[in-house]
Amino acid sequence: MDLIVQYFFNLEVLKEVTPYVLAGLWTSLKISAWVIPLGLLSGLLVAMAGFLVRNRLVRALLVVYIDLFRAFPPLVLLIFLYTGLPYLGVELSPMGCVALGFMLNNSSYFGEIFRAGLESVSRGQHEAARSTGLTRFQSLIHVEIPQAVRNVFPDLVSNMIEVVKLTTIASVVSVPDMLYAARTAQSMLYNPTPIVLAAAIYLALLWPLVMLLNHLETRQRRPSAGAA
Amino acid sequence: MQLEQLIFTFFNGEVAVRYLPQILKGAVVTVELGLVIIAAGLALGLLLAYLRSLPSRALRLLITIWVDILRALPPLVLIILFYYALPFLGVSLSAFAATWLALTLVLAAFSEEVFWAGIESQPRGVMEAARSTGLTHTQAMAHVILPQACRLMIAPLTNRVIAITKGTAYGSVAALNEILNEATSASSFAGNPTPLMMGAVGYLVIFLPVVIAGRTIERRHGAGRH
Repeated sequence: MDLIVQYFFNLEVLKEVTPYVLAGLWTSLKISAWVIPLGLLSGLLVAMAGFLVRNRLVRALLVVYIDLFRAFPPLVLLIFLYTGLPYLGVELSPMGCVALGFMLNNSSYFGEIFRAGLESVSRGQHEAARSTGLTRFQSLIHVEIPQAVRNVFPDLVSNMIEVVKLTTIASVVSVPDMLYAARTAQSMLYNPTPIVLAAAIYLALLWPLVMLLNHLETRQRRPSAGAA
Repeated sequence: MQLEQLIFTFFNGEVAVRYLPQILKGAVVTVELGLVIIAAGLALGLLLAYLRSLPSRALRLLITIWVDILRALPPLVLIILFYYALPFLGVSLSAFAATWLALTLVLAAFSEEVFWAGIESQPRGVMEAARSTGLTHTQAMAHVILPQACRLMIAPLTNRVIAITKGTAYGSVAALNEILNEATSASSFAGNPTPLMMGAVGYLVIFLPVVIAGRTIERRHGAGRH
């Protein structure tokens, strides 16, 4: 018990490292604030392209693109960009690599969610919209996308939570996010309390979102369960 | 000239031959780790969903909390806690064991949610009808509820399994000698990114078939939601 207090909940260590870990938290939040909108936008573009383009080859290529990045671990992608790009003469900052890696990975994940959403909207909606004189593109923007987003809203929230959790991989390419700060503090003080602190902050941040997600998912399931 | 240089840098045959055995050894570790995570994670997830279906409010609350916590914590943080923090308490896990434990708990939490959603999707009458034929609660679960819910569960389960087993790459942070770790150390040793390229190909060879299989299953079962 004493050991747990000394190493996992050491108040002295806690006092010393809290500002440092909080600075890391700020970086983590900034990364999330960049990569989530970027991911949503690029994912939406991928899904829209799949919807608007009639060329079979282009559509097949989009599926290949999505599957490729779904099969590729994000950490591997990040390390690949970080250590591989300099050999091409492209020097990106660690933060640049994080932004690029997350965009590639997220565009496929969010793209797949939006794609499923668009597929869930019945064809009749599109035909009705077109018959009122809307173009294919206008119908997509004003009729299909709003309904698609509503249908897959829980999945979008779920993936946003995953993205926030995923920002921890930035620490591997020494972006000073919260996990990086906690690990540095741990090795300096030879005490893992900072990591416990970081875990607690992630929990405080994301637990409410997970509960919100539970709520959204049950609400979405309920009507269909009755109908089935 | 440009292209030749590119090939020499990223697809260097000599380097590839030299480091192939090392990358393959890493691939074996990745596959082994992935398989034991899937087996243990799904089994534990199913057990948790079953326990949640029992008529005990306390048990249900405990499982919900446990599952939510593991869905909220980043897996990399868990691995680092298990590998770098537990030894301070005198519990030393190997890199393999720490990564396995962390990802198994995470997969168990996510798959519990999927199993539970499947169980809940069945109308009450199904369970009552099954029980009225003389089946016990467990028998009704195993022979009636779960098989019927299977269709709904396969697509989201495949997605989760892929997303979480890809996390085996996190093991490299705990110095586990899986593909990523072998590839990065080989490429820094060789001063050439060819091993990294091989590692990337290795991941695609392992995971792309699973992604494609998942997509096919999803198509076949209609319900394409995560």
